[in-house]
Amino acid sequence: MTTIQHISTGRRVKDRMVQGLVYLAFALAVVPLVSVLWLVISNGLARFDMEFLTHSMRNIGARDAGGGAYHAIIGTLEQVLLASVISVPIGLLTAIYLVEYGNGGRLSRAISFFVDVMTGIPSVVAGLFVLAFWILFLGMPYSGFAGAMALSILMMPTVVRSAEEMLRLVPADLREASYALGVPKWRTIVKVVLPTALTGIITGVMLAVARVAGETAPLLLTVFFTDSINNDPFNGPQMGLPLFVFDQAARPNDTAIDRAWTGALTLILIVMLFNLVARLIAWWRSPARGR
Amino acid sequence: MATKVEVREGGPATGRPAPRRTSSEGLFRWLSTGSGIVLLGIMAAIAVFLVSEAVPALRANKSNFFTELTWDPNGGQVFGIAALAFGTVLSSAIALVIATPVAVGVALFISHYAPRRLAAPLGYLIDLLAAVPSVIYGLWGVAFLVPLLKTPSEWLNSTFGWFPLFAGEGAIGGKTMLAGGIVLAIMILPIIAAISREVFLQAPKMNEEAALALGATRWEMIRMAVLPFGRPGVISAAMLGLGRAMGETIAVALIFPATFGISFQILTPQGNSIAANIANGFGEAGDIGRGALIASGLVLFVITLLVNMAARMIINRRKEFMKAGT
Amino acid sequence: MSKQIQVSGLDAYYGGHKAIEDVSMTIEPRSITAFIGPSGCGKSTFLRTLNRMHEVIPGARVEGKVLLDGEDLYAATVEPVSVRRMIGMVFQRPNPFPTMSIYENVAAGLRLNGRTSKSEMDGVVEESLKGANLWNEVKDRLSKPGAGLSGGQQQRLCIARAIAVKPQVLLMDEPCSALDPISTLAIEDLMAKLKDDFTIVIVTHNMQQAARVSDRTAFFNLAEQGKPGKVIEMDETSRMFTNPSEKATEDYITGRFG
Repeated sequence: MTTIQHISTGRRVKDRMVQGLVYLAFALAVVPLVSVLWLVISNGLARFDMEFLTHSMRNIGARDAGGGAYHAIIGTLEQVLLASVISVPIGLLTAIYLVEYGNGGRLSRAISFFVDVMTGIPSVVAGLFVLAFWILFLGMPYSGFAGAMALSILMMPTVVRSAEEMLRLVPADLREASYALGVPKWRTIVKVVLPTALTGIITGVMLAVARVAGETAPLLLTVFFTDSINNDPFNGPQMGLPLFVFDQAARPNDTAIDRAWTGALTLILIVMLFNLVARLIAWWRSPARGR
Repeated sequence: MATKVEVREGGPATGRPAPRRTSSEGLFRWLSTGSGIVLLGIMAAIAVFLVSEAVPALRANKSNFFTELTWDPNGGQVFGIAALAFGTVLSSAIALVIATPVAVGVALFISHYAPRRLAAPLGYLIDLLAAVPSVIYGLWGVAFLVPLLKTPSEWLNSTFGWFPLFAGEGAIGGKTMLAGGIVLAIMILPIIAAISREVFLQAPKMNEEAALALGATRWEMIRMAVLPFGRPGVISAAMLGLGRAMGETIAVALIFPATFGISFQILTPQGNSIAANIANGFGEAGDIGRGALIASGLVLFVITLLVNMAARMIINRRKEFMKAGT
Repeated sequence: MSKQIQVSGLDAYYGGHKAIEDVSMTIEPRSITAFIGPSGCGKSTFLRTLNRMHEVIPGARVEGKVLLDGEDLYAATVEPVSVRRMIGMVFQRPNPFPTMSIYENVAAGLRLNGRTSKSEMDGVVEESLKGANLWNEVKDRLSKPGAGLSGGQQQRLCIARAIAVKPQVLLMDEPCSALDPISTLAIEDLMAKLKDDFTIVIVTHNMQQAARVSDRTAFFNLAEQGKPGKVIEMDETSRMFTNPSEKATEDYITGRFG
């Protein structure tokens, strides 16, 4: 006599089927990633040469091969740097307000809510805003700086959220120990809380940078296009690497499409580099926490 | 200890006379509060300046902005949001329908199926999907996905052509709503998966054990103790994904052929969206054209704002519910 | 519908860590067996090996034999799911499904095993709630959420949920440790009633409780922290508490350690 009956076939089949579907879903999600990376690498390597990395598109005719994305790379780096310079202080201070001063009051809840909502602002809307405010309303020229402002709007909520999370991880004991020594609150924050959370905050900023470095739409509306090198982000149209890819991809010639792929490869490398640096900092920090 | 603090406070350590405690404290507090207010101000400014720059173009519009299909602000001063808004909603809906089940599957895979040691790296792999820039998805869509979809689209059309979405005569496949929808689905999948994964991981272990102890299989346990618990989280994740899909610009700007009409045929070469139209139309836009694009952006802003706020409210209510529960 | 459990040479592991070693015992049907011992001695772990809940924890595994009326629960052909269907469990903290009503909570286990007619289901729910001494308190609000009940009521709801599927054995892992004295008393009364129908195994920290409710008691202990837990002694409860044969048992019971 068997005491233990088997479960019904129906239940077993259903369980197996769901398991199969779940594994399939994961596979389905990985396929495009592999496919995208493969396509970008295989198509991008053709033009991934020194000329591409050191030359601009100036004086390159519509059907010509050659040319490069140097002007776009410079533009992207400057724009991202400027965006960080704008968004990091504001984002960090906002996070400090939320964690240290807000106390769950009405203002802090409003800010917290709108930071979340802000993460959902379409990047093209951020670009339109800078266009409307900076370029149309104030009459300023298209420039790398205008692009950086649009990017900074996209960076801010990410910076606030990651910094907030890191600041909340700082143990309350540490703050109290500092208060107990008679150190005023703001010095406690600057000298005790921030250094403890610093690597985590840097990780968050790097991830935010990686995100906006690939944004095209806001740049399209604010930095305009140029084929030439413009090292001055405050004056005149600049280029950005995502914009370069978009621009080249929209042209009908194969030489341009090749440049678009190589630009895409360069862009992925830059974005992954930022991501990697962020992860490395996070990784480096975790053993340090034990000390 | 006290002396050490005295020295620091006294200033010699920094070489500068220390400012009075109260004023430094006040200044710092003011700075951080001010930054928060700046953030709120930016949100308000976005609304204000989009409106103020859109109004002149809207005044010059010779047609009804909300019902007009065509977009000819530069020449004929006739433009309307209807076709674009329709395209935005349809392409995002396609994306949502495709992405949500896959994302929930991915989230369950990471939270309850994958071997424990592999779960984190595999989750990171999915996050990488979000790190790929939009423009690259556009490039991939045009070069790889569009040709790939040709045959399945023709099959769908000939087999299920009676179904309005798959209907259409003449050219089938190419740069279609379906292609754009699939690319959008891939782009919003990581965010839906990431949030769903978090809520699934938060499902109380003790309820999962209770289900297992009753003799539930893994799937039955998930249906009893994980999915009911995670439902609000998945709903808000899907809404955040929807907001992302509606605002996504460059990928669909490369894929959609920028047609202006309202058609449910997702297998024929047509499609457009508010965001794609901004990217494609900006280059040749004059004064009224730019204003018209800003007006369309305002509509997009309002729609995504509403979707996002609704999603956030669901999440926040859930947080309070969780606090009350413990 | 009550069965005997025979355990022989059972070791349980969490990854590389051996939590219990070489446990052998016989648990008699229609009786209450209590496991006592200091924290971390593996009594809860052992309890969870009896319905294969131990292996739910990643990296956890078991060696040895657990026989339910002679049939090995760990045989290759036996599915853990069917084992748990036969051997119910009540946990330390009451854990009714928060999204389900009282009725649905009790019916949850039955619904897994195919269709049951509405009237039949109603009957089982009522019978189980009566069996758990909860019927009179909840009969007017069966459609209300189970999470709205008091802690003691929730725990009795969990017992009703467990007995609704008519298991052979009922395992209880410190079922009263999160409850107040009055609720504890209610559960203890209930156990005395349930042992007419079920084999009951209870883990408890409370020695008075073990003495009050159980027929037999097993004392678990470990040599030192990090070493696996073992059964030091197992006997009739009355003898264990009056005249234990091991010094360690006596020390523990008289409160000299643990």
